[in-house]
Amino acid sequence: MAQFRLPKNSVVGVGKNYPAPAGAKDVRTFRIYRFDPESGQNPRYDTYEVDMATCGPMVLDALIKIKNEIDPTLTFRRSCREGICGSCAMNIDGVNTLACTRATEDVKGTVKIFPLPHMPVIKDLVPDLTNFYAQYASVKPWLQTRTPAPPDRERLQSKEDQEKIDRPAACILCACCSTSCPSYWWNGDRYLGPAALLAAYRWIVDTRDEATGERLDALEDPFKLYRCHTIMNCTEACPKDLNPAKAIAEIKKKIAERKH
Amino acid sequence: MSNPKYERPLSPFMMYRWQYTNTLSILHRVTGCALSVGTLLFVYWLVAAASGAEAYADAQAVFAHPLIKVLLVGFSFAFFYHLLNGVRHLAWDTGHGFEKKKARTSGWIAFLGAVALTALLWFVLVRRGEV
Repeated sequence: MAQFRLPKNSVVGVGKNYPAPAGAKDVRTFRIYRFDPESGQNPRYDTYEVDMATCGPMVLDALIKIKNEIDPTLTFRRSCREGICGSCAMNIDGVNTLACTRATEDVKGTVKIFPLPHMPVIKDLVPDLTNFYAQYASVKPWLQTRTPAPPDRERLQSKEDQEKIDRPAACILCACCSTSCPSYWWNGDRYLGPAALLAAYRWIVDTRDEATGERLDALEDPFKLYRCHTIMNCTEACPKDLNPAKAIAEIKKKIAERKH
Repeated sequence: MSNPKYERPLSPFMMYRWQYTNTLSILHRVTGCALSVGTLLFVYWLVAAASGAEAYADAQAVFAHPLIKVLLVGFSFAFFYHLLNGVRHLAWDTGHGFEKKKARTSGWIAFLGAVALTALLWFVLVRRGEV
């Protein structure tokens, strides 16, 4: 059953306000979700005023500036700062995306930053992705074969066959899609979610893989696959411009087709 | 995790932005529910018609009530939207129309189409003096 309200311990209170330094001209306000596991207190919103004249263009630049210069306790994941590692996935301005590829300039008004939605929060903007990774592992994201490999070379693919997996294989597992999906919010314990299903699709359409039947068997389940109601939040959210919704539809189609 | 001090909170989710995707999806559900409830009205009308002239006259009086008329306008919108968006879902089930641009366009077509068809229906009904 869908629940719309946060549990008591998750209700967000008002936190501290960090005003801009005197003399700052180009000030933007960042309202950031904070949770300190050591405090024993509920999460809160802290507000930081940042002088954009001395700040890089992306939301991640602002977060790093806040951590370096205003509040070193602010906690978030980041690594590559160029949209390929997926670490800095978070909810910015109401939509899941990567902080490193989202320009502050493109956000109107106060920049509201949350951790990825409907996830257990470890600290501040760091969600617990254990279940998300377990679901990814559950689709067995590796090549499965029955026949022996050719002795003198790799298992080859045509260019066309490679193109089928080109896009789905570009997923960086940032979890923006899965945590944008209302079905995943409310059935995340049993519904695999767009990211894991996109990964499943990537191996289902791989012409070198020989476990397609078993893969489809494993997904043919009212919850694992069919909690997808084609809401399309996933495709809209994907920072790599991939299409998990289409991949899921293709899996459903393959399951329907093999029955006839 | 047994220490309540360390119990992890659930991150907010109801603040997710209303985009055309989730808005049209929830509208599909709402109109689906509205159709089920609206069908009860229709059943009432049929039962009244089958029960004789007096019951039918009573039913006609009920349907003449302005509030019921407003409900019927909503019911017809629910019908048209659910129908058009249903076609959209049918196309999706065949693997078509998932590209972001196409999905957005088809969404607008379903929504505006439903508004237009509802307006047309009631325009015709009023013109013909049926309501």
